[in-house]
Order: sequence, then structure tokens, then C-alpha cells
Amino acid sequence: MPILKNNMEEKKVRNIINGTVIDHIKPNCAMKVLSILKDIDQECLIVCINTDSKKYGRKDVIKIENKFLQENEYNELALISPEATISMIKDGKITSKEKVKTPTHIKGIGKCKNPRCITNCQDIETEFDVENGDKIILRCVYCESTNEYKN
Amino acid sequence: MELENFISINDLKKEDIDFFLKKADEMLKLLDSKEPLDICRGKILATLFFEPSTRTRLSFESAMHRLGGSVVGFADANTSSVKKGESLADTIKTVESYSDIIVMRSPFEGASMLATKYCSIPIINAGDGGHEHPTQTILDLYTIKKKKNTLSNLTIGLCGDLKFGRTVHSLAKALSAFNNNKIVCIAPNELKFPNGIKGKIEEKGTKIIQTQNLEEVIDKLDVLYVTRIQKERFLSEKEYLRLKGVYVVDNKMLQKAKKDLIVMHPLPRVDEINPEVDSDPRCIYFKQAFYGIPVRMALLSFMLKCQS
Ligand SMILES: [Zn+2]
Repeated sequence: MPILKNNMEEKKVRNIINGTVIDHIKPNCAMKVLSILKDIDQECLIVCINTDSKKYGRKDVIKIENKFLQENEYNELALISPEATISMIKDGKITSKEKVKTPTHIKGIGKCKNPRCITNCQDIETEFDVENGDKIILRCVYCESTNEYKN
Repeated sequence: MELENFISINDLKKEDIDFFLKKADEMLKLLDSKEPLDICRGKILATLFFEPSTRTRLSFESAMHRLGGSVVGFADANTSSVKKGESLADTIKTVESYSDIIVMRSPFEGASMLATKYCSIPIINAGDGGHEHPTQTILDLYTIKKKKNTLSNLTIGLCGDLKFGRTVHSLAKALSAFNNNKIVCIAPNELKFPNGIKGKIEEKGTKIIQTQNLEEVIDKLDVLYVTRIQKERFLSEKEYLRLKGVYVVDNKMLQKAKKDLIVMHPLPRVDEINPEVDSDPRCIYFKQAFYGIPVRMALLSFMLKCQS
């Protein structure tokens, strides 16, 4: 049945023939998701914000035409929206569908909360090791301070 | 073993620490011989001190001179191009072509780690904010080893600012790699040893006891490591003044201690050790500062791949 359900949703925002569909994004978080996706500024994007979701009430959806996101490109999304799913569409068919997994390492996302951290005084990308327990803990690669991740 | 950069005490395994302590002993023998050395002849050390620290810088410079090498550098970021807004990356990329090894200190945590990303020559972290100061840890271990002949089966008291004091964090971590040590943390509640680090140390099987009262535990200690309570860590002057005089090691206090206790301090001290005890043979902080020389000689010569 998932194909039918997906087809119904496709009516709201047009189908793509080839590309990636990021579904079940937390409502109003699509822009945040776009801000962490790399190398998409040349792509054709379809963004739907606050659409109905049977499972969660409301959700956002992003479709990226003719680009197939790699796992290392989309797993960072788990920090924004852990329920998001990633589907690959090839010739109009869903060839794979997966839930995002929390990455073990992130780069260029978030700020270290330690005011004395070097990342807060030089123009460089932040980097964190992600510890995924009861809470998600981001350990700064530079100053090693731990930042509890809050959505 | 390989040691490309020395940024954190975690860069070293227990065997590596043993290796450097042995190497420091060789250096000490060479120093005792009073012969001029040429182990690092032709090599240049750059000392980049974005935050002033006279002791640490002089110790590194002296070590390099003793090895027969030379030194360039700056001691104060105010007089360097850093003040003019140059990025760390640019400073490092320039200096690496002037020298063979870099020692740097910065008020910012993680600065040395960042510097390694731009640098093709070895970097030694001489302190990055409240984060790490790994060569201090090696010299602390070396001092304990010299005086106690072992790094195991010891009861070590850490006293003073255990919350912000990076030297005690690194020392405690390093000691937990050795067998059957007991660490007694002596600090006011506000400056307690951080739970995160405590947990990691206990995981390795080292016992940690916490107390606020030095007098109560001093007779059990083999080593007493005293740290300064730093004014810059406090938001209010009042809070600082209330806590700064909490612990004072004086003759009266030492009367209760073991005859073979050693009292250590990373220096500079303020009033946590009364100068009246300086002549007590148990107080070895000046010797400890001297041991920085053979330890840094060992590290510099090894990282420069110079044979002694
Ligand atoms: Zn940081």
C-alpha cells in the first residue's frame, strides 16, 4: 500500500520522475533542512510546508529533482527531524525508502556553546562527534565540551 | 610510536608515557653532565604565545637551547600580527616555513587542534584555555615517578580549583591509566571535580573520593597536588574572595601529613601554599618546575626525530 499512499500525496505537489523525496519532516522545519543540505543550490526543489500527515498531523516534504542524496548527505537531517524518511525515485518508481539515522559525526552544523571555543572566534566550520544515548550529545571536536542537542 | 602533534594527554597511551618518562631521565643525565649538547643543532623552535605564560615559554625555550637548537617566537599576541586580525591559519602557514616545530598557547580552547589542520610541521599544545596542557601532565607524572619511584598504588590528593583547573583533569586522567591509584578530590562545592571526567576515570577502575576538608584527609596522602583558585574564572569578586583562601598549606597543616608526602603545585601560587613551608623537604614544586626542562627536551627531540 505505501505506493498508493505516496501517489495520493504526490497530487498535492507534483510527482518527480527522478530524484529524492524527503518526507515526514517535522512541520515548519523544511527550511532548516534545506539549510544543512549541501550542493543543492543549483537543483530544482519542490518544498511543501505544513501539509496534512496521517501519522503526525502535519509535516513538511521536500523533493529534489534529478539528484540522489547520499547517506552522508542526508543523515544529518536526523538531528532536525528524526522521523524523516528518504525515498529515491527512478523512472517514476520508488526504488528505496529509508528512515534517516543519527550520524556519528557532523560538520558545519550548529554552534559550540563554549564561549572560549576556537570555533567561536575564527571563521571555521564547527565539527562534532555525536553520542546517541537517551539524549543526543554533541561533543565539540576542538574544545571537547559537550552540548546537549535540542531541537 | 608516532607522535605527529601533541595536543592532548589522550594522544598518549600508557606505554608512550612510560617511554617519555624514561627519555626524560636520559635528558636529565645529560643535563647533569653539564656538557653542551647538539642533539637538535640546526633546528628551530617557534613559540607562539597568543596568551602570555612566562614560565611555560621559558621552560620550552630553555629546553630547546639545552638541546643545541634555536628559538624564534612571540610572547604576547598584542605585539604580533594576530592583534591586527590575522587568522590563526595565516599565522601558522607563515610560521611553519620559519621553523621545524611549533609550541603554541592560546586563550581559546581547541586552538592547537585547529592549527594542526593547516600545519605540516609538529605542533605542541602549551595550553589552550581551560582545555589541555599535556606537557604539564607529563612533567607532573615525571615528578611523581622521580620522588615515589612508581606511578601505581598511590593516594593522590588534588586540592583547590578542581572544576576549571585543567592540569588536575589531565593529571587525574593520566593517573587512572596506572594500577590501583586512589584520587582524593579536595574542593569547595562550587569548584568540585566535574562529574563527566569523574565518571570516565572511575570506569578505568580508579577510586575517587570527594571531600571539602583537607585537614581530614592529609594524613592519608602520598601526593598533594595544590592548584590556584583563579580570579578570572569567577563572575563576581565576592565569590572569588570567599573561596580563594579556603585551603592553605602551612607548617601546621604539614605536621599532620606523612613524612614522605610530596607537595606539588603547577605554579604560580597565590596564597594556597604559605612560603614558610618552602624549606620543608616535602615541598617539591620548584623541583617540579625544573623537571619541565628534561621532559620538554625529551618531547622536542623525539618529535623532531633527533637522536640523542
Ligand atoms: Zn567547542
